[in-house]
Amino acid sequence: MKRLEKLVSIKDLPEAPVSNVPSLNQKTGTWRVFRPIVDKEKCIKCSICWRCCPDISIEIDNEGFPIINYDYCKGCGICAHECPKTAISMDREGK
Amino acid sequence: MKRAGIPTEEFIYSGHTACPGCGALLVARYLLKVLGKNTIMNIPACCFAAIPGTFPDTCLGIPLLYNAFETTAATASGVEAALKIKGKKEKINVVGFAGDGGTADIGIQALSGAIERGHEIIYVCYDNEAYMNTGMQTSSLTPKGATTTTNPLGKKGGWRTRNKKNMMDIVAAHDIPYAATVNPSYPMDFVKKIEKAKNTKGTSYIHAYSVCPTGWRYQPELGLELGRLATETGLFPLYEFENGRYIINYKKKTKEVLEYYKLQGRFRHLSEDFIKEVQEYIDKEWQKLLVKEECSNR
Repeated sequence: MKRLEKLVSIKDLPEAPVSNVPSLNQKTGTWRVFRPIVDKEKCIKCSICWRCCPDISIEIDNEGFPIINYDYCKGCGICAHECPKTAISMDREGK
Repeated sequence: MKRAGIPTEEFIYSGHTACPGCGALLVARYLLKVLGKNTIMNIPACCFAAIPGTFPDTCLGIPLLYNAFETTAATASGVEAALKIKGKKEKINVVGFAGDGGTADIGIQALSGAIERGHEIIYVCYDNEAYMNTGMQTSSLTPKGATTTTNPLGKKGGWRTRNKKNMMDIVAAHDIPYAATVNPSYPMDFVKKIEKAKNTKGTSYIHAYSVCPTGWRYQPELGLELGRLATETGLFPLYEFENGRYIINYKKKTKEVLEYYKLQGRFRHLSEDFIKEVQEYIDKEWQKLLVKEECSNR
């Protein structure tokens, strides 16, 4: 059995651990209870939902409509509450 | 490029582990949008130490340095001094990003020292009004009447009886070049103030309002609504302290404290008389602030 090497000075210790992997592999969408759905007919392309999303899971497409990324959306409902035209509805998951 | 009043670039990735409806995340998101990629962040033990995720994942697109609870401002000043000695030509923003406990209780001496030495750092305190990361313990920025796990509700009261400490007055007493309160419910105002802090020569202090659905016990979708109510009731006034002068940015104090209190579970035990007392205190503080503005601009 290999014995542990003896640590004598600070130089024997590893350098500080560095995180460099983007957190995109954690699919936080599984936390969601309510699913936001955009009604494109009511949408006025103001981008307020994009601005107030704490999960950065709303993108704006070339036409100006919001697209919700369900891989990361945690379903907090801020976008639906802030929408000036109530164009986003929150539906229960699994229905 | 700007969209809906704020820059489009993102420096925070999805997949972070903040609670749904987290206010601290919005504060960090808007902050980094303005400061850009030449930024180094220093973070003590706080919610934001847990938000980037487990090793080796990180949700931030900029360098981040973890430090001990009481040393945020000290570490940030060290980083700033090191950059100066290295002779970096481009401007690199050094940010200390701490919660209310790490700013007002544990880290206050380091912050005081950094302001006194005049390091060119931006210190951001995101104020969620308790030690939320460790399970809602009372800090000195918890408002009067709130229940936390160290102020549990009993038969004879038990809620917090002291008022919130005024951090802005403490940093203003250091004669700081720039200090401001920001609220993510007012993004344009937020962006404007961070841009000012970025261009300040010397220390700048930003006190950010940060909602916490888990600790304040409200529905997460009301986050930005609560932020607006906090400013409109005068509980969290938006103002700046620049070169010895106070400037109030939002002067419409139209709503009553009750409207803000009744939305949150941490205040649900309070009687109407108690809320009246709070209202009187807030009115007095608002008058004080108006006088401060008038006197300092004379």
